[in-house]
Amino acid sequence: MPIIKNGAVITDPWIAIADDEPIPVSRPVIVSLARWIAERETLATRNGPIGVRLRSDEHAEDIAADLDHLSLVAIEFPTLGDGRGYTTGRLLRERHGFTGELRAIGKLVRDVFPFLNRCGFDAIEARDDVEAAAWRQAVGAITVTYQNAVNRSTS
Amino acid sequence: MYLYDTIDQLLVDQRVEQFRDQVRRRMAGALSEDEFKPLRLMNGLYLQLHAYMLRVAIPYGTLSSDQMRKLVHIAEVYDKGYGHFTTRQNIQFNWPKLEQTPDILAELAAVQMHALQTSGSCIRNVTADQYAGAAAGEVADPRIVAEAIRQWSTLHPEFTFLPRKFKIAVTGSARDRAAVRVHDIGIVIKRNDQGEIGYEIIVGGGLGRTPMIGVKLREFLPERYLLSYLEAVLRVYNQAGRRDNKYKARIKILVHETGGEAFTSLVEAEWEQIRDSAVELPVGEYARIAEFFAPPPFEILSGDDGDYARDRLMDRDFANWARTNVASHKQPGYAIANITLKPEGGIPGDATSEQMDAVATLAEQFSFSEIRVTHEQNLVLPYVRQADLYAVWQTLKRNGLATPNLGLISDIIACPGMDYCGLATARSIPLAQDISKRFADLEQQHHIGELKLKISGCINACGHHHVGHIGILGVDKRGEEFYQITLGGSADEAPSIGKIVGPAVAYDKVVDAIETLTDTYLAIRAGDERFVDTVRRAGVDPFKEALYADH
Amino acid sequence: MINQVISANRLGDGIVVYLTANGDWSERIANAHVIDGQDRVEAALSQSCDAVKACLIIDPYSIDIDDSDGEIRPTRNRELIRALGPTVRLDIGKQATL
Repeated sequence: MPIIKNGAVITDPWIAIADDEPIPVSRPVIVSLARWIAERETLATRNGPIGVRLRSDEHAEDIAADLDHLSLVAIEFPTLGDGRGYTTGRLLRERHGFTGELRAIGKLVRDVFPFLNRCGFDAIEARDDVEAAAWRQAVGAITVTYQNAVNRSTS
Repeated sequence: MYLYDTIDQLLVDQRVEQFRDQVRRRMAGALSEDEFKPLRLMNGLYLQLHAYMLRVAIPYGTLSSDQMRKLVHIAEVYDKGYGHFTTRQNIQFNWPKLEQTPDILAELAAVQMHALQTSGSCIRNVTADQYAGAAAGEVADPRIVAEAIRQWSTLHPEFTFLPRKFKIAVTGSARDRAAVRVHDIGIVIKRNDQGEIGYEIIVGGGLGRTPMIGVKLREFLPERYLLSYLEAVLRVYNQAGRRDNKYKARIKILVHETGGEAFTSLVEAEWEQIRDSAVELPVGEYARIAEFFAPPPFEILSGDDGDYARDRLMDRDFANWARTNVASHKQPGYAIANITLKPEGGIPGDATSEQMDAVATLAEQFSFSEIRVTHEQNLVLPYVRQADLYAVWQTLKRNGLATPNLGLISDIIACPGMDYCGLATARSIPLAQDISKRFADLEQQHHIGELKLKISGCINACGHHHVGHIGILGVDKRGEEFYQITLGGSADEAPSIGKIVGPAVAYDKVVDAIETLTDTYLAIRAGDERFVDTVRRAGVDPFKEALYADH
Repeated sequence: MINQVISANRLGDGIVVYLTANGDWSERIANAHVIDGQDRVEAALSQSCDAVKACLIIDPYSIDIDDSDGEIRPTRNRELIRALGPTVRLDIGKQATL
């Protein structure tokens, strides 16, 4: 599934590593929260960017103290209806000051891109190329907002 | 009433085009039904038993004549000439086509209406006291705060995919006509000893499968913190509400399972972090909204109108209508006129396009073009001069809108039930019709007095039966329609959940059963206590005995 | 096993429809293809998936019917109402144009 970052489809440099897989030297890798917690010492000092992937039932507070070590946090959206990730992402940005890549993972359709954008996600795993290509149109579909949010821009 | 500015208008206009494109993608197969369903629900479009159903928002139950005329137009052009007013102050159309819905929404947007978030797991229409700005004893017009909440909750990026639906209600008066204590969040506007405005915040009320009265989180939240406090409640709910079981996903379950005090602590801890943040509306915004709810240009009248008194003496039918359907107004010489949509043998809450048009015209002529919708499926003309009531009533009579039964037993709330709804387990409307026919005699109705009878066609309780003085729940027993009766429920400032009186009763026995209940009440009531007061005093046993004794 | 028919809602207008013998979808239950046997019902449902993919219908499912007197009649109240229209408005729905 294509990754949109800052509005454009990118070649994804990150690799997701399963809990029992060895971690390649120096490539940017994403590990689960459980693995991060278990191997924090080695992962924090590795030579290469590290990212953590949160399930939808894992919280911003679970990773907040470690954000300085992380270049990326990925948050799962297992179904369209599971909206916990919006809170998690927003808190990571607003409350905990995370400045790395905040990525939404799932088969995401363009209709949720505006919400993700406004909650501070700068990278989105789209359902397919068609949805990815619609990012700009989707985010710009409604150009006014009532709420202050992380990101007030709609472009 | 509130008028859109360019931001409000742009939002609804763009929303229409966004939905139009979503429908196009759906029809072309680019979106599956699973992907499309949450999107259409968030534009108020259900798939029901016979067809789609569109639920149009009527924010805090306030409608202008122009808006009502647009609903007339939609009923006539896109539907089958009628609409249904709901228990959340909205209107439903039962026969729209998906392919035409973007056009319907565009027409609504042209009069500052929409169907945003009237369904889906998001924050729904904020409801309020239907007598806002009209009844005496109001601390503040609840619609100002309701409008602020409407804006805050519309397309909120963080709270658009909650565990389940979320319903907020506001009352500006100690008299609770908005049922705030059985809502996910209920707000009571109050004044403290220093004369400052603040809010009692009640969380976790609700009906449905597990009816509960809400828990008070805050006795008095200062005015300026309302939105940040609501944000804290929603954030806790979004994170911690159950997502494993649709029937345990409302905030009331979370409050109940966490415990009221523990839940309050969670909210307060979150709120401490955001209370002075940018959640709140800009300072001038409340004042700007409040201006729209300033009183209309009332005539200065000295007091009760002589003609009104005389007309009641001269015309007994008018007097009967005024007896129940006219409520007193805070402005001297004015009145609140209630239009019950509960004619004898009729479908509760339904109105034909002709009837809606008549109400629009009446409002224009006699109520500063303003109409209200109540959560008891009736309409209100909130600002009528007493001197005009007779003319209003005559027009209502010509249009079959003058049933003199507000608050009486035939003023029944009924959900659409299995005649329309895909979720229903039994029909509710025919029962309402039969009950209203049995109790058609007006003198008998007055003899019984105030009796709120509410019927739900399934356990989801959209008919609010749990808070009926008499509640009726339709169930399916081996393919037959049976009805479970509850007693003593109430949705006002002294809320209670009704108690089941005994085993469910077959359809053809229900009307007799209701009559047995009212007969029992009449036999044992003390003084002029209401039906619900008798149930509270004497308990359900006398009623149970009367109903099930000779079986 | 009780006889069955396949029903769905039309995507574009939401109207209730029934699978006919030649694979069309009719608004009239009288035109529905009566199916007996679990394997034939499953075959019909799987055939209905094509109509779902073609964006013609949504949510096809099988319903029990009784056609012992020659007329197809659902056995459940809900499906009976769904086939005819609201019992409280005999002037609208399919029943009004039968």
